[in-house]
Amino acid sequence: MHDTHAHATEHHGPPRTFIRKYIFSTDHKVIGKQYLGLGLFAVFVGMGLSWLMRLHLGWGNLAIPGMAWLSPNGAPGGVLTPEYYLQLMTMHGTIMVFFVLTVAPFAAFGNFFLPIQVGAEDMPFPHINMMSFWVAFVAFCILFSSFFFSDGPALSGWTAYAPLSTVGAIAGPGQGLGQVLWLSSIAVFCVSQLLGGLNFIPTTLDLRAKGMTFSRMPLTVWAWFITSTMALTAFAVLMPACILAILDHVAGTSFFVPSNLVVSGQLIPHSGGSTLLWQHLFWFFGHPEVYIAIVPSMGIVSQILITFMRRPLLSYKVVIGCMVSIGFLSYMVYGHHMFVSGMNPVSSIIFSFPTLIITIPATILVLIWLGSLYKSRLRITTPSLFALGFISMFITGGVTGFFLAQPPIDIMLHATYFVVGHFHFVMALAAIFGILGGTYFWFPKMFGRMMDERLGKLHFWLTFVGAYCIFMPFHYLGLAGNVRRYQAFVDDYTVHLLPIHRFSTVAALFTGAVQLIFLYNLIHSRFWGEKATDNPWESTTLEWSTSSPPPYDNFGGRHPIVYHDPYQLGIQSVSGADYIMQDSPEEVRPEPTETH
Amino acid sequence: MAKLLAVTIVIIAALSAVPIVRHTWEPPTDVSKNGPAIDHQIDETMTEAGICFLAGQVVLAFMIWTAAGRGREHKIGWLPGGALGMVILAFLIVGTEVIVLGAVSSKVWAQAYFARLGAGAIPVEVQAEQFAFYFRYPGPDGIFGPIHPDLINDATENFYGLDPRDQASADDIVTAEMAIPVNREIQLIMHSRDLGHSFYVPALRIQQDFVPGLDLSVHFTADKIGRYEIVCTQLCGLGHYNMKAYLDVMSEPDYDAWLKKEAALQ
Amino acid sequence: MGIIVEDAVKTAHRPEFGRSGGNGSRHIIPRDARSLGLRESHPSGSSAIWVGIAAIIMMFAALTSALVVRQGASMDWHHFDLPNILYFNTAVLLASSITLEMFARRFRQRWSSPVLGDSGSPWLYATLVLGAMFVAGQYLAWHQLNSEGLYMASNPSHSFFYVLTGGHVLHLLGGLIALVYVTAKLKRFTLRQSTLSMATKYWHFMDLLWLYLLGLLWLKM
Repeated sequence: MHDTHAHATEHHGPPRTFIRKYIFSTDHKVIGKQYLGLGLFAVFVGMGLSWLMRLHLGWGNLAIPGMAWLSPNGAPGGVLTPEYYLQLMTMHGTIMVFFVLTVAPFAAFGNFFLPIQVGAEDMPFPHINMMSFWVAFVAFCILFSSFFFSDGPALSGWTAYAPLSTVGAIAGPGQGLGQVLWLSSIAVFCVSQLLGGLNFIPTTLDLRAKGMTFSRMPLTVWAWFITSTMALTAFAVLMPACILAILDHVAGTSFFVPSNLVVSGQLIPHSGGSTLLWQHLFWFFGHPEVYIAIVPSMGIVSQILITFMRRPLLSYKVVIGCMVSIGFLSYMVYGHHMFVSGMNPVSSIIFSFPTLIITIPATILVLIWLGSLYKSRLRITTPSLFALGFISMFITGGVTGFFLAQPPIDIMLHATYFVVGHFHFVMALAAIFGILGGTYFWFPKMFGRMMDERLGKLHFWLTFVGAYCIFMPFHYLGLAGNVRRYQAFVDDYTVHLLPIHRFSTVAALFTGAVQLIFLYNLIHSRFWGEKATDNPWESTTLEWSTSSPPPYDNFGGRHPIVYHDPYQLGIQSVSGADYIMQDSPEEVRPEPTETH
Repeated sequence: MAKLLAVTIVIIAALSAVPIVRHTWEPPTDVSKNGPAIDHQIDETMTEAGICFLAGQVVLAFMIWTAAGRGREHKIGWLPGGALGMVILAFLIVGTEVIVLGAVSSKVWAQAYFARLGAGAIPVEVQAEQFAFYFRYPGPDGIFGPIHPDLINDATENFYGLDPRDQASADDIVTAEMAIPVNREIQLIMHSRDLGHSFYVPALRIQQDFVPGLDLSVHFTADKIGRYEIVCTQLCGLGHYNMKAYLDVMSEPDYDAWLKKEAALQ
Repeated sequence: MGIIVEDAVKTAHRPEFGRSGGNGSRHIIPRDARSLGLRESHPSGSSAIWVGIAAIIMMFAALTSALVVRQGASMDWHHFDLPNILYFNTAVLLASSITLEMFARRFRQRWSSPVLGDSGSPWLYATLVLGAMFVAGQYLAWHQLNSEGLYMASNPSHSFFYVLTGGHVLHLLGGLIALVYVTAKLKRFTLRQSTLSMATKYWHFMDLLWLYLLGLLWLKM
């Protein structure tokens, strides 16, 4: 087993100035918090956009208060124009997928906790790490700025299919500068995540503390490790794709624009390009991306459940094996987004099999979580509620995948609300519940104070029920053939579905409002919450062996030595506790368990 | 609170299943030859996925109900079979489902995409553009005239850019609605004028994207007379939501009459 | 526990070794006076270079498949002769890898051998010069193509030529900057083995990547 001494590399002394402490900080903990702040801001922006969308879908002629002032062009008199709806939708998807789901579980929590959980003092390249955040921030600014230029942001969706996204302004409002800004923002974001990967992977491989073998790494570390390898390969493909698309816009090239297109009466001067090429490049990134969004949450949920079940999972190795296989298979399934795209129908069959097969490791994971709950000592706290909620949502999102994985069924369900329901369950619900659970779980460690339990539980209950109310109806809409990315429903066969949309809108507004409880809890607890001890949840991994919040070099000059597997819970400790920390030299004496 | 969560999960699961079981919201009735196979596949999958969904949520609820409130005095138990048991279970249940569903769905897909075009199939061309569908029939010569993008002129309704001097174009019939005879195989040639669009007729159980730069074709047979909607499902701009056309499935004599009438209007 | 501290070595006739700064509270591992850089007694995250190389490989793999698909998508691919200067540039780049390797070996030897003397830095300077020559040479190649009427947008094969060579040069410039950083560290006697090792691997990779791209361009154009 690979055993390494971990000492800090070029280690910086604690910063003294405000700028060095909080703005341009090389401390991975500050960078993690910065990412968390970015993710938090982004999620509220993304949510706000979704409220506008849902209001418009439920009541198409509604004059939304304040919109006329915010965007006189996009919402004259407060009523969203068709193009503005699509622009809001594009920004909603882009912000949520990139700046919330990649940033929060991976960049934010990973940056803060990965070094601590492996027993390192910092990541190996703190300056590059700092750059990673600021580059991501710049990417967000570029994207957001598209709201403020001439005809607004791109309207081609977060998927930006060619040629809509590459022929320029003639294809619609926002498709000129707005689209170029979108492409630039995403290309810059890719760079930021690659810079992050340059730190994450070496931290895990090279900087583990003495005694921290691979098989003693917490599941969250494994999750971040698998995620960073996926991010490495996926973002490295999206970036050149975006650059080629930008060239189609500004340099007159024809990577993605075929010949003889006549858009709005004008013959487009490009020729010979392939629109399917964009789809292949995009989805080669896009599918691993959604696993990048969920795998960290799988690790976080495992960590939380173990802590609050007071016992390890049925098998540590199997969980890792599942996460690894999911990461590996995720590259083979991307064509399931393209079943009816016009690619060779044989390819569709080929892609459908790995898509179906990836259900197996996902199911094993769910069964292991469920099986580990059996005869555990489950404690109900806010983090554990969110972890349990995650399982419920992951099951729901997962089973709808069965439909979409089969090409002939996809004929009926492709581009309908069924797909929207599926991915919101796995991403907007399951992955977000992982993030929320992680926030409640790790808040005491990050900020030195406890979050309010009662408000947290209220937040959970209202969000859990509210979220199901928003997104479960989408499946019915999809089965009935309701097409997505429509700003209004004018087809005869879907007119009768409008009440369902309205129900979902009301649920969305309600659930959105509930998130203010969370925001209030975050802010109030940050300054006035009850002070946290080192290990309020009685957990075992290394972050709980240091103070809350950790000192500058994570362990206060101490170099932790790891003696145990990460989840020694449900055992009898000398001190009378039912757990032993990873860096405790005490020997493990297992409690007598039930025989079966 | 754990018991409340368990109950809530079960209620949510049950309520979610109600509209499915009661078939409250269904797609338009199927009127195509391939449709029954697709519908059957959806039903099969719904049954299996539905069982997995309900079972998963109920087991989760059960585990929460029984595990919460167990304190130090209760011993930690290990599920019979352990992790290996879960792995085997997953492989057996899901693996079988996957293989069966995968195999059958491949067959259904092949029916739609690999079946050979019948000899008497009627060729119809559909052109997608921002934000309308136009259809073209080849006329008595059976040949579609060449498309000249530079001749496209919406004002004069030359949507396809046909050159009146081309002999093959002279008898082409361009329409805004699509009509086909019932029980006849149709070869639909799909051409996009500008961007990515898609051709979705829920009633026919057919959905296919247009690929700009590539003319691809699908074929189908409608087996019931009626008027059905064609909608665009690939985001193509601000008018995407409104991009639609009508498909009329008629009796053979009605279709011939319609075609004659349209030809006269060219 | 604690910092590993080397015995201080008499340094009477050596110039004062530089410090890496940081208010005196930095965890610097003191150097062996007979070496030219810092002694490595702990891992440095050097797997990062493989991470970076993997990412760059993926990027050019994506561009390669884009090229293959684009070439097959339509009949408009223009085959043209690669400017001869590319081959000269290739030789220059290969030479720079050799010179860098010469420097790296000499630097490594300093760790174990007590012989003081030439640090081998002329080899490093040679690498920098050759690297800059390569960049200039690439620019000349583009200039030559431009004068023949081959621009970014004139044909897809031209587009890919510029994108691939341009992408490579940009990454190479990054490598040059890294080598300048290495030079600066060397001059201040704070160059670590791991830093040099990473920079060297990257540079050699740029070489290999260029060979691959040259082959691809030759084959496809």
